[in-house]
Amino acid sequence: MTSSMLFNVTTFTYLISMLVFFAFLASKNKSLGLAGSFIAYAGLAVQTVAIALRWKESYDMGVGHAPMSNLYESIVFFSWTIILLFAYIDIRYKYRIVGAFVVPFALLGMAWAQLGMNTGIEPLVPALQSNWLLYHVITCFLGYAAFAVACGISIMYLIKTAIEGTSSSASAGGLLSLFPPLKVLDDLNYRSIMIGFPLLTLGIITGAAWANYAWGTYWSWDPKETWSLIVWFVYAAFLHARITKGWVGKRAAWLSVIGFAATIFCYLGVNLFLSGLHSYGGGSK
Amino acid sequence: MATTDRSFITNVWDFFCSLKLTLFLLISLALTSIIGTVLPQGALPPEYVAQISPAKLQIYSKLGFFDMYHSWWFITLLYIFSLNLISCSIKRLPHVFKYISEPTLILGEGLRNSFPLKKELSFSGPVEKGVERLSAFLGKEFSTPVITEHNGEYHLFAQKTAWCRLGVYVVHFSILVIFIGAIIGSLAGYKGFVTIVEGTSVNSFEGRNGQNMPLGFEVLCEKFNVEFYATGAPKEFRSTLTVLENGKPVPGYSQVKVIVNEPMTYKGITFYQSSYGQASEGGEHYITVTPRSGGTPEKIAVREGVTATLKDGTTFKLLEATQEVRAFAPGFSGPAARIEVTRKGSAPQTFIAFKNYPDVNAQRGDALIFGYEGTSAKQYTGLQVAKDPGVWVVWLGCALMVIGIGVAFFMSHKRIWVVVSKGHARMYGNASKNQAAFQMQFEDLSEKFHEIKI
Repeated sequence: MTSSMLFNVTTFTYLISMLVFFAFLASKNKSLGLAGSFIAYAGLAVQTVAIALRWKESYDMGVGHAPMSNLYESIVFFSWTIILLFAYIDIRYKYRIVGAFVVPFALLGMAWAQLGMNTGIEPLVPALQSNWLLYHVITCFLGYAAFAVACGISIMYLIKTAIEGTSSSASAGGLLSLFPPLKVLDDLNYRSIMIGFPLLTLGIITGAAWANYAWGTYWSWDPKETWSLIVWFVYAAFLHARITKGWVGKRAAWLSVIGFAATIFCYLGVNLFLSGLHSYGGGSK
Repeated sequence: MATTDRSFITNVWDFFCSLKLTLFLLISLALTSIIGTVLPQGALPPEYVAQISPAKLQIYSKLGFFDMYHSWWFITLLYIFSLNLISCSIKRLPHVFKYISEPTLILGEGLRNSFPLKKELSFSGPVEKGVERLSAFLGKEFSTPVITEHNGEYHLFAQKTAWCRLGVYVVHFSILVIFIGAIIGSLAGYKGFVTIVEGTSVNSFEGRNGQNMPLGFEVLCEKFNVEFYATGAPKEFRSTLTVLENGKPVPGYSQVKVIVNEPMTYKGITFYQSSYGQASEGGEHYITVTPRSGGTPEKIAVREGVTATLKDGTTFKLLEATQEVRAFAPGFSGPAARIEVTRKGSAPQTFIAFKNYPDVNAQRGDALIFGYEGTSAKQYTGLQVAKDPGVWVVWLGCALMVIGIGVAFFMSHKRIWVVVSKGHARMYGNASKNQAAFQMQFEDLSEKFHEIKI
């Protein structure tokens, strides 16, 4: 059994989980919701084993390093952290339906990684041979995943306000009856960002520390650094907006969506459209 | 007149204290920062200058877009941001200190009704005994209460981690500390670059603006090595450096290995492995020529691009040489040279002569076997040179920021009041953050509270 096979199983499992969640949305059958969650957890378990196995395989190849060294490995880790945070929200706050809006992000990541990228294990180039790699990548991606979850929740918020706004009457049943109340969605959005923001801060600081250690400059306005700061500014604005009248609710939800769009650009857009220090070892081919 | 002055100052003050300004600044900083990630920064590449219209080029340069993070308007935004941070803190901190040092000891009717967390207990004993019992209970289960008598009722007030309300201000302060560290670095620090040829030493380096800057000591490059993985990807760039003072090696700084991610620091100046290359001095390459029929090999020294003539009239030219052939000839490693051999009266032949593969060399050529022995040309190492006395201030700021965020996001100021009057006691709870967790704690407390016998 190889890690690559297990990653394929993971992708398939997330696909099934997403479909079951969609069926849950349509049917409102509680046991489908439970099934969706459990399938997602099964996928998470398989993926955990796969990541550990890939780590071991790199040592067997004599180029041992944590599986976080190129675009493929980072996407896989990103998907893993998204499902991990979904599990946290599901277990802690019991709002299972969030899965229908969060699992697709993880599936998208895995599908793209498995189908569109070079999956080979590569040795570490000199620039990445540092323990900072691990701290930097883990903190950044946990932060990104929290923002992904917040974005999914904000989309739910915006859908709910849009539909409730048009159908005027109080009985905006159907699809929406499963959605948590607006106040709860707003709160969950805030909570997710409360997890993401400290992690992003740590990610930026560990990145700066590493840059200073490796190049003698903790901040050089490299596009990646700048975009991470842009993301930080957007979420800092979000946190301050919440204590300002007129920014709660819809505007906060939009800020969260914009924040995640900026996050995705910081993660992928910078590599695809701009040049800089984070080439991910040319992972996508 | 006095009143308009007054109101003008108040207006300015309110402007700098306002949260709307904060939001405006954060969003402006985010939006304007995008410019510098899309346009090239610093020295413009000629291709870029060629493709952009002169008018655009002029407007962009005037607006400082090509060094936007140091442009007057971006720096101004950062200054206003700092002023905003300082003003907000000056305005709000006294309230927060008062909140912590002078807590609401007496819980009025209005607040009582506003708290969702409450629990009632009836008892038959005297009020004083109730106060004593409940005070001991709070002291044991939560924190020691302050007892105040008011209108015949006793108010027991206990709180935990009131200071965590300061977390936000620690975060704001940490941003200023980081700015101060950055300013120290830009005033008292410097960055530069130096190249050292193997076997030679330098006592100065080239600063950012191209000026020559003295080191105050010498750095000798003993050796430079590159290692590759089997795939051809680079594995390690390694300079072996020795620091010299008055021409003598400094103890502990002799033969120091400097690789990417492992710099060397001496007297506050740090050297980072950055690039490498072949020095132009020396530059002789050694080619061996062996008759296939046997006999002693002849060693010939040539320079790149130069043609040499052998005894039998055959000529050969060294086209290029490398000390690591892997990138050009997958599956092979080590030094190699590409040579063009012309036998008398026949067309020129081009092939690669290796140092490590005599068998492969033997398969080429006709009557003569060509091999490559390496070069006398030296390599140089390129090192980034930096000194930044402000960096520790920056790390202090970062540490403060992490601690501040931890406190502000994950700790909450928890307060419990127990109002005791004849026959019953009512307990109220409030937390500044994470209501769900506090609710559980309050319910736990309520259960024990309910079992108290007075």
